[in-house]
Amino acid sequence: MSDHKTMTLTLIVWRQKNASDPGKFETYTARDITEHHSFLEMLDCVNEDLIHDGKEPIVFDHDCREGICGMCSQVINGAPHGGQERTTVCQLHMRKFKDGDTIYIEPWRARAFPIIKDLIVDRSALDTVIQAGGYTSCHTGGVADGNAILIPKPVADEAMDAAECIGCGACVAGCPNGAAMLFTGAKVSQLALLPQGKAEAAARVTAMTKAMAECGFGNCTNHYECQAACPKGINVKFIARMNREFLKAQFA
Amino acid sequence: MILDGKCPTGPIEQTWDKHRFDLKLVNPANKRKYNVIVVGTGLAGGAAAASLGELGYNVQAFCYQDSPRRAHSIAAQGGINAAKNYPNDGDSIYRLFYDTIKGGDFRAREADVWRLAQVSNNIIDQCVAQGIPFARDYAGYLDNRSFGGAQVSRTFYARGQTGQQLLLGAYSALSRQIKAGTVTMYNRREMLDLVVVDGVARGITVRNLVTGALESYAADAVCLCTGGYVNVFYLSTNAMGCSVTANWKAHKKGALFANPCYTQIHPTCIPQAGDYQSKLTLMSESLRNDGRCWAPKKKGDTRPPNQIPEEERDYYLERKYPSFGNLAPRDIASRAAKEQCDEGRGVGPGGRGVYLDFAASINRLGEDTIRERYGNLFEMYEKITDENAYKSPMRIYPAPHYSMGGLWVDYNLMSNVPGLFVLGEANFSVHGANRLGASALMQGLADGYFVIPYTIGGYLATIKPGQVKEDHAEFKKSTEDVNKNTEKFLSINGKRTVTDFMRELGTMMWENCGMARTKESLEANIKKIPALREEFWKNVKVTGSGADLNQQLENAGRTADFLEFAELLCRDALHRNESCGGHFRSEYQYDDGEAKRDDVNFCYVGAWEFKGVGAEPELHKEPLKFDNVHLAVRSYK
Repeated sequence: MSDHKTMTLTLIVWRQKNASDPGKFETYTARDITEHHSFLEMLDCVNEDLIHDGKEPIVFDHDCREGICGMCSQVINGAPHGGQERTTVCQLHMRKFKDGDTIYIEPWRARAFPIIKDLIVDRSALDTVIQAGGYTSCHTGGVADGNAILIPKPVADEAMDAAECIGCGACVAGCPNGAAMLFTGAKVSQLALLPQGKAEAAARVTAMTKAMAECGFGNCTNHYECQAACPKGINVKFIARMNREFLKAQFA
Repeated sequence: MILDGKCPTGPIEQTWDKHRFDLKLVNPANKRKYNVIVVGTGLAGGAAAASLGELGYNVQAFCYQDSPRRAHSIAAQGGINAAKNYPNDGDSIYRLFYDTIKGGDFRAREADVWRLAQVSNNIIDQCVAQGIPFARDYAGYLDNRSFGGAQVSRTFYARGQTGQQLLLGAYSALSRQIKAGTVTMYNRREMLDLVVVDGVARGITVRNLVTGALESYAADAVCLCTGGYVNVFYLSTNAMGCSVTANWKAHKKGALFANPCYTQIHPTCIPQAGDYQSKLTLMSESLRNDGRCWAPKKKGDTRPPNQIPEEERDYYLERKYPSFGNLAPRDIASRAAKEQCDEGRGVGPGGRGVYLDFAASINRLGEDTIRERYGNLFEMYEKITDENAYKSPMRIYPAPHYSMGGLWVDYNLMSNVPGLFVLGEANFSVHGANRLGASALMQGLADGYFVIPYTIGGYLATIKPGQVKEDHAEFKKSTEDVNKNTEKFLSINGKRTVTDFMRELGTMMWENCGMARTKESLEANIKKIPALREEFWKNVKVTGSGADLNQQLENAGRTADFLEFAELLCRDALHRNESCGGHFRSEYQYDDGEAKRDDVNFCYVGAWEFKGVGAEPELHKEPLKFDNVHLAVRSYK
């Protein structure tokens, strides 16, 4: 569609060579951007210009560009994923901006997510938390028929609400304490709700909360910024559920 | 070369059980002596690495993303098939087998497809045990829905995020093994070469995408689980990082590439909006359960859809295929949409779109039910197009989605290079010329959870562990070759960006080798691709350094491989003088426009041997035999 007007925007982007570089903001101009460009496609255009000028393009994590893989991670004008409700950066479109806007772009900022380069951070701490117990310990094969354990629809639905987490880490980036409680709470809740996960629920919540602390994540002090930042709308009630599971585990 | 698929003989119902019994076993105490490399950690790779780790093998797993949870399997939305017959509508292993063989237009091996149908039931059980919150009914039983190409409801789903939930299941199983120490996970690594010693796969060379360092890993077997290659069309529904690189490097080291021309164009995608666009987005096929496809009867009708009266709409799928209707298989539905647009009755910008209309279902079931079933897809559609599909119909158009072709493998999933196994979308095995909906998740997990754990044992039992180490000369040579390539990319300093080349290649492929191909269009491509490749190596501009995180360099490598592979894809399409499944040659069609297969001359797997860049590859044929499903014209009418 070439029949609509284009925008010119000023981008103020965090550039950082590597983990030890202090990093700084640099200013770029995005030209000929249409309302149909996604935010990342807008950055693609800026990068093409930078390459033509012999400069290093801005590096950023992205992959599926469908809002599902959870790889993209940018703080736009102070809000993880740009602050549009239930939207990842890759699904944020330029129709949400207007001609002449100035946009600040930064990486996730959290102690547990060291910056690798420019807008790319290391989120392997989230993997570490899952490795601590975010699973049911069933071996491949030799399990019961799928219908052998009945799960009422409301329970399956609530587990699904929790399971929607894409592990992008926006909850951590949005939290003033850099806490991963929404992420961990979602996984703990999903598995604790289901009969398959109940057997290990106490051990799981204990191990996962311990791993969170060891990875350098902070604690929840009820700011609800995680829920506001979450592109999948994960509810903070799952943090409450995790806290209950944790308490239960202490008395078990 | 004689291509032996090593298919078990005898009654099809017993083939897998018999074969499993005949396979040699590795003593549990000896398993830890064997190292296995798994490249790619999506459904096939994640499941394989987890299952092999559980068995006690020493597994090294690699992915290019920051975490195995990001593999593109995560984006498969609709569901996963299994022959459970829970809805009591007449499903069976045999029927799933039959539908898959027919859906693939009789270009897949019977034994492989039987096995897939047989283990499909185990997959559901496995995933439920992992805590995947599949949709349930109020009594607590698993719910099902239908997908294209089937008249039974055999698809299990987790809202519109089945792929995500299944992948996270495999990822959690993998995470458990990483914690247990049986699997070592290497994130942000891209495989850039296969190391072959005396004709046997012995390891890989990878680039550490953070530091730029090249690393060598040796093993007793290598499993490629690296997905498909439809990003050769530039715009596709695949993730940006999906490439042919791992497969292509293995091909250059001797692995045969089978049926590359079988690419699937998915009918239910959001139409392209502009030139800057980086990808196309798929709307799940499950939408066609409740959405009706139509186009205006009048050419060039630009009225808004709600002003086009019922009698001036053509519900073309229901008209042409009354028994399958909107659930016609993907290749059929894609071509039907293209036909509407080619005749000038397309809607939206450039006339490249048809309507997918939910009004009738909303009237019948209410908006809440539709929201319950597909809410997240409607949201996604609105974000991209700024249109509310509850109020006016979605606009859809076909887009490259899946590759049925891939590296040739035998029944054990081993390529013709001993020690090199290929799983999931990266191999060619079960989908024939077209894949039915909800079967990609099924194949990935079947290969990873329930096939490779058995078949790899049969191979490892015959070899001594640890024969080749990373200090072998072949590893050194491989590293040097990769290094040379990197230096070359960085030294050219031309005028055009990598994306620019990839876009040109993709356009060429879509136009001349896309939904329809002809002898002329393919010959044109075979002439133009080498020229573009030559220009690429003279005129590409890659900034930055090799000793750093450099996304342009990553893309340059992938594009260079696509530039070689694209030619093979076109050659395969040119040699196959027939239409079948996702391969539609305009010269070969019936009067009513349906694909015309030629079983007398082309009932075989076409497997190509690499003879050098720019040199004509050599074709090997593995004949296909159909003893259980008789070759017949594929009809969905």
